[in-house]
Amino acid sequence: MNAPLYPSAFEPVEEIDLEHDSHDDGSTTTLGFWLYLMSDCLIFASLFATFGVLEHNYAGGPTGREIFDLPYVAVETLLLLVSSFTFGVAAYGMHHNRKNMVLGWLAVTFVLGLGFVGMEVREFAHLIADGTGPDRSAFLSSYFTLVGTHGLHVSAGLLWLAVMMHQTWHFGLDGTVRRRLTCLSMFWHFLDLVWVCVFTFVYLRGVL
Amino acid sequence: MSAEAHTHMADDGHGSMKPLIVGFVLSLILTAISFAAVMGGYVPKDDILTVISVSAEIQLIVQVMCFLNIGAKPGQRRNTVILLLTGFIISIVVAGSLWVMHNANVNMMPGQMTIEQAKMND
Repeated sequence: MNAPLYPSAFEPVEEIDLEHDSHDDGSTTTLGFWLYLMSDCLIFASLFATFGVLEHNYAGGPTGREIFDLPYVAVETLLLLVSSFTFGVAAYGMHHNRKNMVLGWLAVTFVLGLGFVGMEVREFAHLIADGTGPDRSAFLSSYFTLVGTHGLHVSAGLLWLAVMMHQTWHFGLDGTVRRRLTCLSMFWHFLDLVWVCVFTFVYLRGVL
Repeated sequence: MSAEAHTHMADDGHGSMKPLIVGFVLSLILTAISFAAVMGGYVPKDDILTVISVSAEIQLIVQVMCFLNIGAKPGQRRNTVILLLTGFIISIVVAGSLWVMHNANVNMMPGQMTIEQAKMND
């Protein structure tokens, strides 16, 4: 084997990247993150397909019409949609180098996201307490898996948001923080996209 | 969104508030249309599913263009092509699953038939 095959192992690539972000505009990172999001999309697609196959298998249990509370879902939808917008405002602040604006709008986004997750946890707790948990029927199993997976993603996004607020506050809007905030912004908008499909094809279609 | 010529061609977009606000307002309207179609009874029963599906699809496109900044501009094309291919795979996975499982459901459910009756049918 020739030595030139492994040149990068001895070069401090990471350090160069951290110190001068001008060498890398972050487009490779965002492309890679986009690829991750698209593969995540496939996970949700298979969960939606599973739900589509099982959605009428009630096993004598409740139907969607009996357990879905549409006004409640509308509020959840609104929280997530507004949080997607407020993250956009934070990204706008980042673009114009306003650190305090970024921190403030990230905090608003965090509160809205927390509200969404809180409402979903409360909804799930009520369903399970009423004996309509994921073990009741195939319909409910696929419902809890699909909506729960989305909720877990939002929770992970909240954790990431908290970390990024700390990093922004501590390091300022340097290249690394910008790159990470850009990825998080894609992640957060992506979760709202998935939720559009959830409220349309699970909740609204479920009560028809 | 073509008016945003002065913004950077950078990765994340959001150099201007305009696409953000346009996307937000359109999403609000489309969400309201979907919920009103189901809860308000303004739409004939048979058309509700069509209305909410179309509304969701438009909202997905609006959010992808305005929030995720995906479009036909040179700097965005790479991500756009990946998105379109993913959409293609998703349509195969979802439509294929529903189709195959529907056929299995219709043709292979045992129903009320006993083993003896099934043998008689052979």
